[in-house]
Amino acid sequence: MANSYYDPADLRKFGKITEWSEELGTKFFDYYSKVFEEGALSAREKSLIALAVAHVVKCPYCIDAYTKDGLQRGITKEEMMEAVHAGAAIESGATLVHGVQMMNKYNKLSM
Amino acid sequence: MATKSLKARHNELAATDRQLDILNGGIFKEGRLPYFKDKLAKTGHFPLRPKKLEILQINVGYMCNQVCQHCHVDAGPDRKEIMTRETMEQCLEVIRNTGAHTLDLTGGAPEMNPDFRWFVEEASKAGIKDFIVRSNLTIIRANKKYHDLPEFFRKHNVHVVSSMPHYTRGKTDKQRGDGVFDKSIQALKDLNAVGYGMPGSDLRLDLVYNPSGAFLPGDQEAMEKDFKKALDEDFGIQFHNLFAITNLPIARFLDYLLASENYEDYMYSLVEAYNPAAVENVMCTNTISVSWDGWLYDCDFNQMLGLKVDSKVKHISEYNEDLLNNRNIIISQHCYGCTAGAGSSCQGSVA
Repeated sequence: MANSYYDPADLRKFGKITEWSEELGTKFFDYYSKVFEEGALSAREKSLIALAVAHVVKCPYCIDAYTKDGLQRGITKEEMMEAVHAGAAIESGATLVHGVQMMNKYNKLSM
Repeated sequence: MATKSLKARHNELAATDRQLDILNGGIFKEGRLPYFKDKLAKTGHFPLRPKKLEILQINVGYMCNQVCQHCHVDAGPDRKEIMTRETMEQCLEVIRNTGAHTLDLTGGAPEMNPDFRWFVEEASKAGIKDFIVRSNLTIIRANKKYHDLPEFFRKHNVHVVSSMPHYTRGKTDKQRGDGVFDKSIQALKDLNAVGYGMPGSDLRLDLVYNPSGAFLPGDQEAMEKDFKKALDEDFGIQFHNLFAITNLPIARFLDYLLASENYEDYMYSLVEAYNPAAVENVMCTNTISVSWDGWLYDCDFNQMLGLKVDSKVKHISEYNEDLLNNRNIIISQHCYGCTAGAGSSCQGSVA
């Protein structure tokens, strides 16, 4: 066992999850690769969405994977950073919109 | 960014033995990744054998006006290895009699060879179907004496293949040096002006894309679309095809991979992307590479690693196509670069 929770080399072993549950693992990877195929959205657009989500869910493996994927697709660093901001804006918005709940509760409890 | 070759810097990687030690050792020797030979054997491709010879690629010298960070030739202004007219004459003899349909001149910057124009004039008389010159573009703008190259290429019906790592200035200059992007754009405009790269034009202008870093090229067709759109919209530039070429882990790109601690991950990426369909069409199966001093190699990469053909015939002076076609191709772990994903060759993807 490694001494830290995240090891970059573990990303390469992702496919091994299938070994302990072949049916579910295979279904997941089939689904995953289908999702990122060219569709109504381009594979390039989906790569940027994945990068933004990777940041929001704070997955270091996904950040490594989709930064590299973006570079391979010729996506520029400006585009990547804008995608990260889009994710961050939604995430901070999600926090801030709860401020309304706080305000509601405050008002209800106050005379 | 370095302005000298590894050789001029006395870098240990200037020695091909040192590069081969690295490629044969480490992760491969420890058994973490399979040797290329074993991978080939597993998919029934070992030994790798030539098919019909289609391309004669001649490297007329390692001198270049640029010192690109990823250069597998370790080319630069300080490299003095230049093909002599005598060796060129031997090459012409072969060009006149070869069964190959494509002649591919490369370097360095081939235009810097003092006998380049004479060689092109003579070679163009041989009636080869496709005559390629690999031009780095900036050479056209480097000095007044090169400004008329587009016209010279046109006159001899040369197919121009040029490097262009990205359609944005930042990425291009980072890989190839400051100012390279602007000069390349001007050179492309000059080529367009004489008819190169225009839709429907017989004057072929193709671009080569190399990733500017430790990652593989994306889908060639998708990249071509992006390049075409951006170059047309931003600069009104036209070209025919984009060749996406994978950087092979040798010379300066190997140096970069090691220095940036990307070597292992990069090799993993190449091995994981191994594609048997790419092996079927890998360029060493239809190409012979000739060095500035006339030695024969399976490809330009093997040339840079000093791995001469495994044949009785090893030099242009004793060239014999039948004998050469009956050889085993020399391989090492750098070959994973040509078999990854959609494959890679001097003509781009192969699968």
